[in-house]
Amino acid sequence: MADAPLLELRGITKRFPGVLANDDVSFDLRRGEVHALLGENGAGKSTLMNILYGLYTPDAGTIALDGKPIDLGSTKAAIEHGIGMVHQHFMLIPVMTVAENIVLATEPRRGAVLLDYDAARRRVRELSERYGLAVDPDARVDRITVGQQQRVEILKALYRGAEILILDEPTAVLTPQEAQELFEIIRALKEQGKSIIFISHKLHEVLEIADRITTLRRGVVVDTIPAQGATEEGLARMMVGRDVLLRVDKPPAQPGEPLLVVEHLTVVDDRGLEAVRDVSLEVRAGEIVGIAGVDANGQSELIDAIAGLRHARAGRVLVDGRDITNATAKEVLDAGIGHIPEDRHRRGLVLPFSLTENLALHEYRREPDSHLGFLNPKRMQERAAKLLREYDVRGGTPATPAGALSGGNQQKVVIAREIDAQPKVLIAAQPTRGLDVGAIEFVHRRLVEQRDAGRAVLLVSLELEEVLSLSDRILVIYEGRIVGEFPPTATEEELGLAMTGAGRREAA
Amino acid sequence: MSDDARDRRPDQGPPDAERALQTGDDELRAEEAEAAPQPVVEGIPGVRTALFERARGFWRFAGPLGTTVLAFFMGGLVVLATGHNPLRVYRAIFDGTGLNWFFHVGSHSIRLPFSTTHVWFWWDTSSIAAQNLQQTLLLTTPIILTGLAVAFAFRCGLFNIGGQGQYLVGAYIAIWIGTSFAHMQPFAHVLLAIVCATLAGAAYAGLAGFLKATVGAHEVITTIMLNWIAIWVGSYLFGQQGPLQNSAQKAIPISNDVVDGAKLPVFWGLKLLQGLSIGIFIALAMLVVYWIVINRTTLGFEVRAVGFNPDAARASGISVARNYTLAMAIAGGFAALGGACDILGWEYRLGPGDIQASQIGFIGLAAALLGRNAPLGVGLGALLFGGLINGTSDRQLDPTIFPPELAGNLTTIIQGLVVLFIGINIGGVALFFRRRRRRPS
Repeated sequence: MADAPLLELRGITKRFPGVLANDDVSFDLRRGEVHALLGENGAGKSTLMNILYGLYTPDAGTIALDGKPIDLGSTKAAIEHGIGMVHQHFMLIPVMTVAENIVLATEPRRGAVLLDYDAARRRVRELSERYGLAVDPDARVDRITVGQQQRVEILKALYRGAEILILDEPTAVLTPQEAQELFEIIRALKEQGKSIIFISHKLHEVLEIADRITTLRRGVVVDTIPAQGATEEGLARMMVGRDVLLRVDKPPAQPGEPLLVVEHLTVVDDRGLEAVRDVSLEVRAGEIVGIAGVDANGQSELIDAIAGLRHARAGRVLVDGRDITNATAKEVLDAGIGHIPEDRHRRGLVLPFSLTENLALHEYRREPDSHLGFLNPKRMQERAAKLLREYDVRGGTPATPAGALSGGNQQKVVIAREIDAQPKVLIAAQPTRGLDVGAIEFVHRRLVEQRDAGRAVLLVSLELEEVLSLSDRILVIYEGRIVGEFPPTATEEELGLAMTGAGRREAA
Repeated sequence: MSDDARDRRPDQGPPDAERALQTGDDELRAEEAEAAPQPVVEGIPGVRTALFERARGFWRFAGPLGTTVLAFFMGGLVVLATGHNPLRVYRAIFDGTGLNWFFHVGSHSIRLPFSTTHVWFWWDTSSIAAQNLQQTLLLTTPIILTGLAVAFAFRCGLFNIGGQGQYLVGAYIAIWIGTSFAHMQPFAHVLLAIVCATLAGAAYAGLAGFLKATVGAHEVITTIMLNWIAIWVGSYLFGQQGPLQNSAQKAIPISNDVVDGAKLPVFWGLKLLQGLSIGIFIALAMLVVYWIVINRTTLGFEVRAVGFNPDAARASGISVARNYTLAMAIAGGFAALGGACDILGWEYRLGPGDIQASQIGFIGLAAALLGRNAPLGVGLGALLFGGLINGTSDRQLDPTIFPPELAGNLTTIIQGLVVLFIGINIGGVALFFRRRRRRPS
């Protein structure tokens, strides 16, 4: 492991209209090291990596490989220089096999036009054995797990001769077990002399896998430190610029009457397959019930059915004793359900609408926001101004379109609207997805506040850490069934096991 | 008079109007879609939104203005190619629109409408220019209303290509009621005809909205089909031996004349010379109504929410199906009102020839596209197209300056170019070149 850096970025500056995304950023990568890039959303991580991958040209600064300055005008140039990137959202063709995906665009050919599939398979097998990336070359990509798809992406980069691998939030889509397997792969790659840039905002992962950590804040490098001796608290402070409460501080729950009762609910998904099977659960006033599970195990369909956005095939949903099974979304809202949707861009906000209009999405039809069908813009605006202040929404006035806010502030707008409606039951679906540490802390505090105010909170999250730290009870969902109930003292390993269907227990 | 009407009708409307406009549709949809999943680039959220969706002040007009200037410039090149002087031709067309009337200031007198009192007035209300202007505004009226039919549906995320059919349905009902009930009290008669025509157009377009809401039939397809249904039903109704054909002269395929009591009052110019009826005020009032409904009512709030993001609207308890149906119905009501204003305001009769030649709905669509669905924009766009059609008609344009048979084509060329350039989206082109500059590869 030579100390001279393999890759060196010096004084990178990238300006977008109105924003300095990277300000004189310097970053280096040694051969055979894992260098983590840490920062909140909007800190400039992606911009920097997109510059390195040839997607953007920096306004200033140089990039040197092995001490020689290089010009990365396109992704093609980046690949030729041995830089590979595994995006957060995979770029695979689902109906093709693993081998076909990997060799795509640089296929071994027989004659001029025919794909030499045997050669492709051979090359893929060689690569996967060499780096310990077990994957079947003949499997179709849409039939393998997300974790395996990620391996295909890594193999694709290696096949194209990558010496430097950029992994963009690689664990976001993985179960804890899969994440551990990924770490094994990263260590194997490191031993083979590959260099890895690991982008994340999950502190414990960064500490576990990285050799060095560079933290970005608002486009500026805060510091580069060795992982040895770093602490989560220290890193969080570097990221956010102040002390952050990582663990949720909450008094014990004092559950009251059940406010949300779901009985034997069965829901089918868009393809007509049963996505939720005979689910029964209840959430009492003053408690947070967390639903843990790997993505696409029926969580979305369960929430949609409760929120009146999807038809339930069988079973009942009761809010405070009132039957809302298959009621319209409006009736469900009126019955006292607040819903923080998992996809705030699709469901939570009307992005071209102003914040005033977004905050009025439920209230507009009621007095005093409207009267006899006519809106009262002044009153709507005053209400918006008040909520923006109370929920500390930054970066916009009531007249700003929601699309112009950062993700964290957008989520605050959604939360402000849902909580201000004073619901009996609050459904929070992945409420911190894509948010940074500071915003996550805010959201968590608000959810606990709502619990303590006597509301029933149903939390659905793919982040085990979040479920564990917020919930008073944890239900694990697997293939549409509730397969176990755990106390918040359960370990990630216990939950992880249940999430993959192993050691299935009867639902409580 | 029907022949007159046909001459002044823009029967030379873009032959490929529907295809060209559908291209516009895709572009606009794409713009909407891009506006939806916003902050893509880390750190610069909502750049597009800031630049284009919420453009303020001058920049709101820059796009449409640039589009128009470019279209006129290219039209000028065509004129040049025919060996004429584009500036002189445009000057003559401008004079033909009657808009030059505003520049002829002097000391004149005016008879107050609907009275015998004369008062001093800045402009000469009976000059040739004044008559030209009356014609232009008569044409502007239905273009405003069919433009609103497109604009309103668009705010709900629907592309209403059926303005033409809805306009015709309104015209048919206006004829039917206007030629019946000969002894009705005039005001009630006009009101009845207008209200029934509007409701019929609403039902006609509402059908397309309902089909979209219930079975997902795409509104572009259904409204195009409804256009043809309207055209051929009308051709049957007023054609020879049709149920509404002229009862006196069985040989002529034309309707009866609207009875005097059902005609809209003409407040400027002579009724016999197609003076300006109060239809223009109805159209202007509808621009205001449109703004109020969209911006100041719960209905408009729902329509816009559905138009921008049906998923979020649904999650907020707004019925998407109801709004699709309602928005189309209101849009159809606007267009049908335009048909009624034409029939009761100056046409007074209708025949299969007029029906098949009419392009008003599509010109309204171009006006809405050019005006970015804003009330002021739709109004100005309608005035532009109304003026162009009138200014290049063979009655208005001096044949020694430019042959009118070419002038009609020039109108079509300019209309087509405007729609084409809107489709291209000049703002998008600017953005493209800026990106290119940022990344010279």
